[in-house]
Amino acid sequence: MNPAGKTSRRLPDWLTAQRSVRVSAAILGAITLAAILGPVLSPHDYLTTDFDELTRPPSLGDGHVFGTDDLGRDLFVRTMLGIRVTLMVAVVASLVSLVIGVSYGAVAGYVGGRTDAIMMRLVDALYAMPFIFFVILLMALFDRSLFLIFVAIGAVKWLDMARIVRGQTLSIKNREFVQAARLTGVPTTRVILRHIAPNLLGVVVVYVTLTIPQAILVESFLSFLGLGIQEPQTSLGTLVDAGVPHAESAVWLLLIPATLLAVILLCFNFLGDGLKDALDARRRR
Amino acid sequence: MIHSLGCLNRLNGLNGLNRRALLCLAAALLVAACSGKPDPDAGLSVLNRSLSADPESLDPQKARSTQAADVLRDIGEGLLAYDPAGALVAAGAERWSVSGDGLTYTFDLRKDARWSTGDPVTADDYVFGLRRLVDPASATFYASAVSAIVNAESIIAGEMPPESLGVRAVDAHTLEISLTEPTLYLLGLLTHPSTFPAHRERVEQHGEHYALPGNLPSNGAYLLERWEPGSVVEIRRNTEYWNDAGTAIDVVYHHVITQEAQELNRYRAGELHITSNVPPESFQQVREEYGGQLRVYPTLGIYYYGFNLSREPFADEPGLRQALSMAIDREVLVERITGRGEAPAYSWVPPGIYNYEPPQLSYAELTQEERNRIAQSLYREAGYGEENPLRFELRYNTSDTQRRIALAVQAMWRDVLGAEAELVNVEFQVLLEQMRAAEITEVFRSSWLGDYNDAYTFLGVLESGSPSNMPRYVNDEYDALLRNAASQVDADRRRLYLEEAERVLLADHALIPLYFYVSKHLVDPRIRGWGDNLLDYHYSRHLSFDTAH
Amino acid sequence: MLPLLRYTLRRLLSAIPTLFLVVALAFILVHQAPGSPFSDERVLPEAVEDNLRARYHLDESLPEQFVRYVGGLLRGDFGPSYSYPDRSVGDLIAIGLPVSLKLGALALIVSVVLGIAAGIVAALQHNKPLDRLVTGFAMTGISVPVFVVAPVLVLLFAVHLDWLPTSWSGSSGLSRLVLPVIALALPEIASIARLTRANLIDVLGSDFVRTAKAQGLGTAAIVRHHALKPALLPVLSYMGPTIAAVLTGSVVVEEVFGIPGLGQFFVRGALNRDYTLVLGVVVLYAVLIVGLNLIVDLLYSLIDPRIRYR
Repeated sequence: MNPAGKTSRRLPDWLTAQRSVRVSAAILGAITLAAILGPVLSPHDYLTTDFDELTRPPSLGDGHVFGTDDLGRDLFVRTMLGIRVTLMVAVVASLVSLVIGVSYGAVAGYVGGRTDAIMMRLVDALYAMPFIFFVILLMALFDRSLFLIFVAIGAVKWLDMARIVRGQTLSIKNREFVQAARLTGVPTTRVILRHIAPNLLGVVVVYVTLTIPQAILVESFLSFLGLGIQEPQTSLGTLVDAGVPHAESAVWLLLIPATLLAVILLCFNFLGDGLKDALDARRRR
Repeated sequence: MIHSLGCLNRLNGLNGLNRRALLCLAAALLVAACSGKPDPDAGLSVLNRSLSADPESLDPQKARSTQAADVLRDIGEGLLAYDPAGALVAAGAERWSVSGDGLTYTFDLRKDARWSTGDPVTADDYVFGLRRLVDPASATFYASAVSAIVNAESIIAGEMPPESLGVRAVDAHTLEISLTEPTLYLLGLLTHPSTFPAHRERVEQHGEHYALPGNLPSNGAYLLERWEPGSVVEIRRNTEYWNDAGTAIDVVYHHVITQEAQELNRYRAGELHITSNVPPESFQQVREEYGGQLRVYPTLGIYYYGFNLSREPFADEPGLRQALSMAIDREVLVERITGRGEAPAYSWVPPGIYNYEPPQLSYAELTQEERNRIAQSLYREAGYGEENPLRFELRYNTSDTQRRIALAVQAMWRDVLGAEAELVNVEFQVLLEQMRAAEITEVFRSSWLGDYNDAYTFLGVLESGSPSNMPRYVNDEYDALLRNAASQVDADRRRLYLEEAERVLLADHALIPLYFYVSKHLVDPRIRGWGDNLLDYHYSRHLSFDTAH
Repeated sequence: MLPLLRYTLRRLLSAIPTLFLVVALAFILVHQAPGSPFSDERVLPEAVEDNLRARYHLDESLPEQFVRYVGGLLRGDFGPSYSYPDRSVGDLIAIGLPVSLKLGALALIVSVVLGIAAGIVAALQHNKPLDRLVTGFAMTGISVPVFVVAPVLVLLFAVHLDWLPTSWSGSSGLSRLVLPVIALALPEIASIARLTRANLIDVLGSDFVRTAKAQGLGTAAIVRHHALKPALLPVLSYMGPTIAAVLTGSVVVEEVFGIPGLGQFFVRGALNRDYTLVLGVVVLYAVLIVGLNLIVDLLYSLIDPRIRYR
């Protein structure tokens, strides 16, 4: 569970040349590290309630560095736990949507004609399904689990990806250079790999960076509807949701998880933008 | 910015769209900047109060929710009503008499009572309303509320025609109700909107749409003017009402506000005079900020954890059930977790009910330390211990309050007994389904709200055949005591049977009473005529504004 | 224009099986969900519940109910609502749809206009302070959940500053729309701005734009005549689903502001197992999406004639 770390290790130098990429990756790495090590180092655990220590503001003295929640549980450990869950949900759900969406959209857009029509009608039909109800049903009929949340989010988000990729493929397919390649008898797979795929990459990268925060937001929306992860487990979305009613009386309950959520989202966004700029620069060279 | 929008306009496809878009945007901003419109309520006395959920129907017979009943008490009237202190008073009936065997009630109706249409309210209208309530064709939720009336059950089951109901118009202003057994709480029942009269002509004319504005006639102090589902119900003074001179407020808006925090915001912004609740997170702050405007008082409701008595591990294990019940520190629960003035519950029937003194759980007088010790030994006696902890599921429906209570109770069970409760939260409808099926549930969260001011509204729930008997409690002695109580004509003898029944129930530890609900309202200091009462009914016609303020 | 017309007709025809599929899937889903439209902590006696089931034909077999429902739909009848006994689903949609449409249309216009404008500005000012400002705003817009934004907006503008009403029923006129529209539009503005900016930068860096530059065309002219169209195409394809989602009403926004739109009815319907209300909203949603997607595709062809229809 270290998306940022992996990214910076595996990608070649030209990608990490961007300052925003390095900074975002570093922050995400630090947050991930804290999420992994924090609960181990803290004197508190995530589920012990203390009825004499309800909603204490952050203090260094008693080890509750982020304070306690409305059941007297240590907010630091719970927040770190929430980060783990949130990152995992976001990355896995986005990968699910990426894989399904890109292949589906590219095929529909490139093959076109009747296949395209049928495939996109299916997407339309799925779009028209009520997401909330679909999720309520999933959550009710089966035991609620992290896996189900991945499935729920991934299953919805790939639709967007498929549409975008298909639209882009349609447009690229008809550009002069692709048509020229096809006319001169370049095989289909080669056209897709050499001409379509590289041109899709920019949009896909941007869209994945849009998808990760969206996946996080969907997860928190599920929490808002009370369909998120089961207590005593938690996620950043669940923590923010639980903090909203305390906005006036115990602001740290909202502020700390919300800030971390925003920072993580911002980092993913900057990371995506930076990667994209780097890709563009390389393509131009 | 302007330059780039100019660029955009060159786009042939988007041309029209954008120009219109800009216009609309400008218009929206303009209107937002100067909102002002003549007020249709100028010079009138206007009350803004709130409903915590959307009233699903304003048809007195078809409505189900307490929110609908709150509105219906304003736009209709039954034979009896409550005064601001919660005492029964005459309303549609001027006086009544009961036969010696307690089976026949005769009501003399008020001769000056009129519908908003100008028609007189007659005994026939009451008969029509009650028949409509039990008629299977009208598919009402509250049909069985009047099952004590002769033939009601057979009519609901479709075995007899609605006309056979034991309700008779002796003459235009005399109504007779015949019962199968003395039902001492009947008078309280007759304040419920489902027993209100119905206007035959309008019902026949409008059918399913009887209860829409313009169609629904009123025999109460207000008339339904506008009803936007999910938003607001607007009612206005009904000048045909027999006591219109006693009505002070001209217009009442019942706003639907499902979120407590939002309700508080609107009270603060001066948009609401009465809230239906106070959010738990802001309760302390509100108490300091508003002092006397905050009204907190007991009401007819209990929050409990039920055992599924039809399966292991809790069937036939009263000792184990008692251990779990005793290990919960209810004082901590109400002070630290719910924290809105709730009373810890040591009985099933809430205190304050008319002519009833609820017996207490055996350990009510002990300190929590003493309770914990006994709980621990009971737990061991049931065969559980450190190496062999009791593991079970605690199911609750998804909501912040349920979540916090479940977590706190889970911690208490873990700390005192070492019992491991796994929390499972499910959607409300799913929980209901699972409780009804009583197959996978072990311990579940539920609650009960009384319908009328009588102990039977609670005790009847746990009778063996009762559909709402979620714990599946079956005890012949309990059932026999309740049957005996039902046949009593004398209120004090009946009371003894009911109290004895509750004693049996508590000794069985069929469920864990946690706390009794309280009503919580913010009430504008200018409002006069407000009364804190157990049923939490607040008729708009009793309220007025202190103009000196 | 004739091929376009034929294409439109064919798309409309092909919408029929799509809609049928949606109705069938949704019908099966709602009827599989645990719970019943009439259950409550106050459980109804069996006879009473039987009467209710009979009244709404829920005592029939599922196929019979399905045929009855689809038959009703074909006649334009959405059926009775179980959770609002005084009204039909059609009545409720007639109440909720205009509200959701008004709110959604305003939010959409605001998002498109501000989003595209901000995106273009940012792209032209690439890596300059204005770009960073727009990007920062867009990032924040995407990063803060609506259910945080909405209550904060209420606390700030309605409670503390007292400029605007806190919710729907507290006032009339357009002033009550301002906060909901902002709350609904904010993430969309941000998304559209980001997408526009990314695409425009992409296009501005592409070969044909560089050729145009080499031929001595100015930036403004290049943007106007060459870059904007291809840059906005992905935005357009992003619009279809956005429109449908926004129009049918953001559930959270309607909930927070107490707006009686379709979203609120849908949630209530789902929670109360009001099958027909849920299905009615779903069918409407499906029709809107199919229709709007068709419009988006037609716009596509108007802007980008390279896409041909067979």
